[in-house]
Amino acid sequence: MTTHKGKVVELESAVVRFAGDSGDGMQLTGSLFSDSTAFAGNDFATFPDYPAEIRAPQGTVSGVSGFQIHFGHSDIHTSGDQANVLVAMNPASLKANLKWVQSNGIIIVDTDAFTEKNLEKAGYESNPLTDKTLDGYIVVQAPISTLTKEAVKDMGLDNKSAMKSKNMFALGIVFYMFNRDYKKTFSFFEQKFKKNPLVVEANKRVLEAGYSFGDTIEVFANTYKIEPAPLTRGRYRNVTGNLATSWGVLAAAERSGRNVFLGSYPITPATEILQEIAKHKQFTAISMQMEDEIAGVVSTIGASFAGALPVTSTSGPGLSLKSEAIGLAVMTELPLVVVNVQRGGPSTGLPTKSEQSDLMQALYGRNGEAPVVVIAAKSAADCFYAAYDACKISLEHMVPVILLTDGSIANGSEVFQIPKVADLPEINPPIVKANDPNYAPYRRDPEKLSRYWALPGTEGLRHRLGGLEKEDITGNVSHDPLNHQKMSHLRQEKVNRVANYIPELEVEGDEESDVLVVSWGGTYGVMLTAVEELRKEGKSVSLAHFRNIMPMPKNTKEVLSRYKKIIVCEINLGQFVNYLRMTFPEFKFYQYNKIQGLPFMVNELKDQFNALLNE
Amino acid sequence: MNKTMESKVQTQALKLSKEDFASDQMVKWCPGCGDHAILRSVEAVFPVVGEKLGLKKEDFVVVSGIGCSSRFPYYMNTYGIHGIHGRAAALATGIKITNPALNVWMISGDGDSMAIGGNHFIHVARRNVDINYLMFNNRIYGLTKGQYSPTTFKGQKTKTSPQGVFEQPFNPGELVIGARGKFFARVVDTNPKLMQKVFLEAASFKGASIVEILANCVIFNNKIHSDITGKDTKDDNQLHLEAGKPMIFGKEKNKGIVLEGTRLKVVTIGEDGITEDDILVHDPTTEDSGIHMMLASMSTPEFPVALGVIRAVPSETINQAVWNSVAREKEVSPYKNVDDLLNSGNTWEID
Repeated sequence: MTTHKGKVVELESAVVRFAGDSGDGMQLTGSLFSDSTAFAGNDFATFPDYPAEIRAPQGTVSGVSGFQIHFGHSDIHTSGDQANVLVAMNPASLKANLKWVQSNGIIIVDTDAFTEKNLEKAGYESNPLTDKTLDGYIVVQAPISTLTKEAVKDMGLDNKSAMKSKNMFALGIVFYMFNRDYKKTFSFFEQKFKKNPLVVEANKRVLEAGYSFGDTIEVFANTYKIEPAPLTRGRYRNVTGNLATSWGVLAAAERSGRNVFLGSYPITPATEILQEIAKHKQFTAISMQMEDEIAGVVSTIGASFAGALPVTSTSGPGLSLKSEAIGLAVMTELPLVVVNVQRGGPSTGLPTKSEQSDLMQALYGRNGEAPVVVIAAKSAADCFYAAYDACKISLEHMVPVILLTDGSIANGSEVFQIPKVADLPEINPPIVKANDPNYAPYRRDPEKLSRYWALPGTEGLRHRLGGLEKEDITGNVSHDPLNHQKMSHLRQEKVNRVANYIPELEVEGDEESDVLVVSWGGTYGVMLTAVEELRKEGKSVSLAHFRNIMPMPKNTKEVLSRYKKIIVCEINLGQFVNYLRMTFPEFKFYQYNKIQGLPFMVNELKDQFNALLNE
Repeated sequence: MNKTMESKVQTQALKLSKEDFASDQMVKWCPGCGDHAILRSVEAVFPVVGEKLGLKKEDFVVVSGIGCSSRFPYYMNTYGIHGIHGRAAALATGIKITNPALNVWMISGDGDSMAIGGNHFIHVARRNVDINYLMFNNRIYGLTKGQYSPTTFKGQKTKTSPQGVFEQPFNPGELVIGARGKFFARVVDTNPKLMQKVFLEAASFKGASIVEILANCVIFNNKIHSDITGKDTKDDNQLHLEAGKPMIFGKEKNKGIVLEGTRLKVVTIGEDGITEDDILVHDPTTEDSGIHMMLASMSTPEFPVALGVIRAVPSETINQAVWNSVAREKEVSPYKNVDDLLNSGNTWEID
């Protein structure tokens, strides 16, 4: 490693965005930078931004794949508004991402990719490297392709193989900028390409060449350093929301003594959950890739009847298809966890973009009075606990639970403090013992109002369930009018009583303030950041973030009553705010909504809140 | 040890009787409906199945979708679940894979299985889920009062086909075989002895045992199978298949099936020099489905309708495959518990 660095500037936090063609390996580059960030002891959050197509036409804007990481010395709650550093591997990625770069930001480009043909494909009429497009930015012009070839020239690699490692050159430059130990990444190459030592060597050389390039050229007057974040003691790792959701389910299975059954069907952006559970048969976790979304949920209900921890994973259109079956789970009062990773809708919508627009579908999207519990995870790492809670509630209360995550937190990643499974709350499903003389199919726990779970194969408990209305206690088919009213109330009251088993709504900020910001689900990080920044500026703003949607925490009304103005922010046209208006008509709710397939930005939120404060 | 497998460890099953499975619920099918006879046959065969497979009465599960036939679970004293329209095969799949020790029976009709549930029908056959699938085929929608189904004959007038059905019908056996199913049998609701015999074979077969029951809807499609089941016509129009036996039928037991070129043909023994040795001998166990497909397709008036077990090819079931994989992964996986998994890969410590 070299020594002739300029001044090392200390930063609180930084945002780096890697962008290139879909085939350029930007997601891998980003994830290796994340690993290095972890070693450096920073807190961080990441967000991948990739197209719906697997390989859209090369060199075009629609084929650009990006990865953003926000890392810092203090708590990081979002993947960052604007990038301080952009790596653009071709003209299209510059074009697609320039709007995300902070003015004065650093832009690293592969000049070899700025050919006339590529400029044309990206829709540039003149070369942005030579016209005034990049005025006001610090542009690092690196002939990355040439230097990559140069680094591996005597290794006997063909051109195509050599070019595969050019992303590592870019990574090397960024490592240099942030004073990272690039050699730590070598072990990754050794593991990932262990069958191909030539590729290991090529990647090492190219990474090193990128690092040396950063050191040699005069562009970087300074390099940067971010002190480790003061995280609490413990063991940490990086998780995406989908991984955390899967692991939360596996932990709940272990803690409840039930085997996971995941009946599912591939759908963006939820597929990784099915893929992850499929890897873990050693825990007797069984995944079935069924023939469609309906078979996915229905096989899961069958598994629930037979005694599994029943989970199905999907995204919006899939939730629509599962509606009728979820009604069956409501009627049979069996456990069922439906993970809905929300994406842009309606219909096929924006499959790879995030939205919070399935809230009403989750709450009400079924025929009949069909209440279910709805929980919304607030961050990638929280997906672990949200999934765990969803399983616990579903098993213990014999009730379907819809867990809402979204594309942002499902694919985004953040630092996760690894818990011990034994420290997680107990899960005690109400399984009936053989020949229990008191068992009746629709007899209920007096507190929770949950049925008891009599598993097929158990002696003395034979019974029939089904979608037809059930007589109270006996579970026989009944069309009696008063019985139907009674059962409808019981099913709703069972869901309402879950409120006795969930935490109260906490406010981040003050007991009372001029403005209470309300949010739910995956927007937590950006909401908290915006509110914290305003509070540092002395503004009277607090945040109430909802994780439990149905039922809401018991103290919700009391909390809402303490603030002068309430503004509800969501990535939709106002579903939660209307749910609040319906539930609490006594309060006035302002709303701020965005529906662009993009997350909120801290600054736009602050502008909204400031406007409300000044009103 | 996992919970579902524990139930496999059983004490010797007690002797079961028909009464063990009789329900106290009022059976609400129309008087004269073919479903009554099927119910009695199933009640009668469960004790035999229990004895043969060493099951206790709690090991039986009856699953259904929606339709007249799908009320079945309510009329049996077993574990049961009445699902949603067309999706019983998925329910049964989830139950059987979760607990392979259970003996899962699925009841469905021609609307439930061939229309709304057509997708699940072919996939349960393809996956070879070890269930017993009884499909009551009355060639009509009964519960919704008389609309044509995917097995209604072309040209037949129903409430939704006042000018006659324009569509050609499905033959369920062809679908099973086309989906690479391993077991297909056909019975008629007028022959309890045959039903019980075939149901027992279905229960004994490891895999998706799909049985088509030609059932009569006395209200909306009465006598639709009468050329096959009628007293005067049944002998000439039913071919009772038995493994290892020649395909002989007819009032005089003198008609038979031969293979001529690439097609089946009905011949008369004693005519044109035909002897019993010329008649095809039934082998339900051949992987090659050519003859099975032709047998399943046979229809009157050119042919008799094939009854009994047409195809029964031993093959691995998906429940076996899944649980074998579970056992293997338990041996080779580096993760003994979820803590191992959470701490795997790239982790770091903060002091």
